[in-house]
Amino acid sequence: MRYLILCLALLLAVPAWAVQPDEVLSDPALESRARDISRILRCPVCQGETIDESNAPISRDLRLYLRERLVAGDSNEQAVDAVVERFGEYVLFEPRARGINWVLYLAGPLMALLGLLIGWRFIRSRAEPETRPETLSEEERARLDRIMQD
Amino acid sequence: MNAEIGHFALILAFAVAMFQMVVPMIGAAKGWSGWIDSARPAAIAQLGLIGISFAALTISFVTSDFSVLLVYENSHTAKPLIYKISGVWGNHEGSMLLWVLILALFGAAAAVFDANLPPRLRARVLSVQAAIGAAFLAFILFTSNPFLRLADAPFNGRDLNPLLQDPGLAFHPPFLYLGYVGLSMAFSFAVAALIEGRVDAAWARWVRPWTLAAWVFLTIGIALGSWWAYYELGWGGFWFWDPVENASFMPWLLAAALLHSAIVVEKREVLKSWTILLAIMAFGFSLIGTFIVRSGVITSVHSFANDPERGVFILAILAAFVGGALTLFSARAGSMQAKGVFSPVSREGALVLNNILLAVSAFVVFIGTVWPLVAEMLWDRKLSVGPPFFEKAFTPFMIALAIVLPMGAIIPWKRGKLGRVLAPLRGALLFAVAVMLLVFAVSTGHSALAVIGAGLGSWLVAGAVVDLLLRTGNSGLSRLGRLPRADWGRAVAHGGLGVTFIGVSLLMAWQVEDIRVARIGETFTVAGYEITLESVEDVQGPNYVSTIAAMRVAKNGREVALLHPEKRVYPVQAMPTTEAAIQSGLFRDLYLVIGDAQQNGGWAVRSYIKPFAGWIWFGSALMALGGLISLSDRRYRVAAGAMRSAPIAGPAE
Repeated sequence: MRYLILCLALLLAVPAWAVQPDEVLSDPALESRARDISRILRCPVCQGETIDESNAPISRDLRLYLRERLVAGDSNEQAVDAVVERFGEYVLFEPRARGINWVLYLAGPLMALLGLLIGWRFIRSRAEPETRPETLSEEERARLDRIMQD
Repeated sequence: MNAEIGHFALILAFAVAMFQMVVPMIGAAKGWSGWIDSARPAAIAQLGLIGISFAALTISFVTSDFSVLLVYENSHTAKPLIYKISGVWGNHEGSMLLWVLILALFGAAAAVFDANLPPRLRARVLSVQAAIGAAFLAFILFTSNPFLRLADAPFNGRDLNPLLQDPGLAFHPPFLYLGYVGLSMAFSFAVAALIEGRVDAAWARWVRPWTLAAWVFLTIGIALGSWWAYYELGWGGFWFWDPVENASFMPWLLAAALLHSAIVVEKREVLKSWTILLAIMAFGFSLIGTFIVRSGVITSVHSFANDPERGVFILAILAAFVGGALTLFSARAGSMQAKGVFSPVSREGALVLNNILLAVSAFVVFIGTVWPLVAEMLWDRKLSVGPPFFEKAFTPFMIALAIVLPMGAIIPWKRGKLGRVLAPLRGALLFAVAVMLLVFAVSTGHSALAVIGAGLGSWLVAGAVVDLLLRTGNSGLSRLGRLPRADWGRAVAHGGLGVTFIGVSLLMAWQVEDIRVARIGETFTVAGYEITLESVEDVQGPNYVSTIAAMRVAKNGREVALLHPEKRVYPVQAMPTTEAAIQSGLFRDLYLVIGDAQQNGGWAVRSYIKPFAGWIWFGSALMALGGLISLSDRRYRVAAGAMRSAPIAGPAE
């Protein structure tokens, strides 16, 4: 929550707050797409802020660049690719599910499966043994009769 | 003098902690009662000494003694008194001192209050607690001494970071530490039980209040931090999945799992070894959090001055305690025999599912948090894991949890029937579906998030009400007031979770934002609200200069609020902050921010309509309240009271 501190510290001379009015595109549909994208891109010089929240000049440049691309007719993916090409996958807050990143994406579901499996086996092991038949067997009945007679 | 007294008391506290670590443990092993009994006075003495040390540092801050390096670096004479005090823990060294103070506080509380604890178990618990204390006292004394002096005292200090000069943040760290460190009690109890080789219902009853207290404090601490972010950072974000936030969230999830599994041990004597493991892990994650904040391994501006030496030291503490405890666990876990039997559809079964979901969700947060580190170390890939990942990976577990929770809360122990559990919940289900339809109807774009989140939240709240009503049985509402506090606590906390669910999902789905340049006197419309920028003026504050706007908000021609968003500059640190103006309502917050003056006239203005924002923190408060109510339950007080009268009865015989 406090990660604004560093960005602010870097920015003492030019306090500018996140998306500025002059950046906003006149087409609301395009603008909304731009905002969606800028919420998943990381400010390259801040400590874990999106370019949407960040006050760093480079984030402003990125926001403007993104909008240029969208106005030029790029799809969301193309615009993101263009930014990644320049700054590397570091700027993606949601890493692409490629190569080793599959470990990241599959770890949760696999752990959940494993947990459910272990949990289920444990629960089964605690289950009460099969309930015994309600009626007595012939042998037991005979024995009971003997006892009652005594 | 002051600082030297503080330093000296800290060294003495270290010596006492060493004593308390060794002597009672040996005493407990050999059965020497004098050695066993020494744990209590030692724990109290340790608290007293650290208390003196902490008081000495606080006095240095309050009197602005700039000959102390730490005070010079983090304080200023013009700062309001409350922030001079909160400045004590607004830095690495001071916050570590607060950490050991709370650690000793919990130790002393266990020494004084748990009167019915068997002396040997208490001696071992206090010994483990002292071992943690000794490790952190050594850490402070050798790497982070808060009492260092400057040869020449400067005239004034460098001031505390202005973002931290805020009431929400002044109390955020103490609560968080009470939570983190509170989990050390669960850890100490777990290790002591492993050493004794015995875990039973009584053990669970002793460990549960500490876990509950730690969880309540963590809840308050996390909620305060998120509330602070909401109103202070200027765009109303409340959770960022930042590594350091995650570091507090993982112990919270595990503590929640632990306090549920401890119930199963207490009532049914099953899940023993799992509960021990959870207790170790919950505190382990607290230590990992400390490591993340203070080592600089994972970058975040939460982090204090990053120092590799400190990082290595904390890593060593982490390895020693968690590694040691896990080794002990692997040696002894097999001897813990479960006693109770139960069928899959039962309270036990539901709580096992609860634990799986909470533990796996904590694991997901963990892997997302450390993945950038792992990827860089092993494959040299620099990448980021942020909100979009966590939202997708974490949410499914919360959905599953919310679906089963109301059923699990009312299902009987040992053996239940799904049909009989669902019957009383029909009303709750109907209510949830009605809410979902309503939300679907009014929702622009028919957001799935809003529909599912509000539906699940309503299901939780209604389920909590049904839970309470079922408890009253046939005797009707009059019994409601006489229900055990634990029942009330459970219902309030579960309902609170539902309220938070509703707040988070509706806020995220329905938020409206408007960014524009507004001229003085100009009126613009945002989501039906007419907002007028009336004036902007500069005002001098105690230790800052402020630009304050007056903005009038009206709806359908009728005035709703006159708000004063501010932009401040703190000259000492030459740092600007935004002070958003918020008008909170039951169903929405109006959130206004004033930006910079524009070159050709007018001001940058941001306006947000944030639906149901207040519900997030109201729900968190309910969760904490539920924990507190449960903590005051009779069964914890009665047990303590019974033992207190025992010594008096003794001599009369």
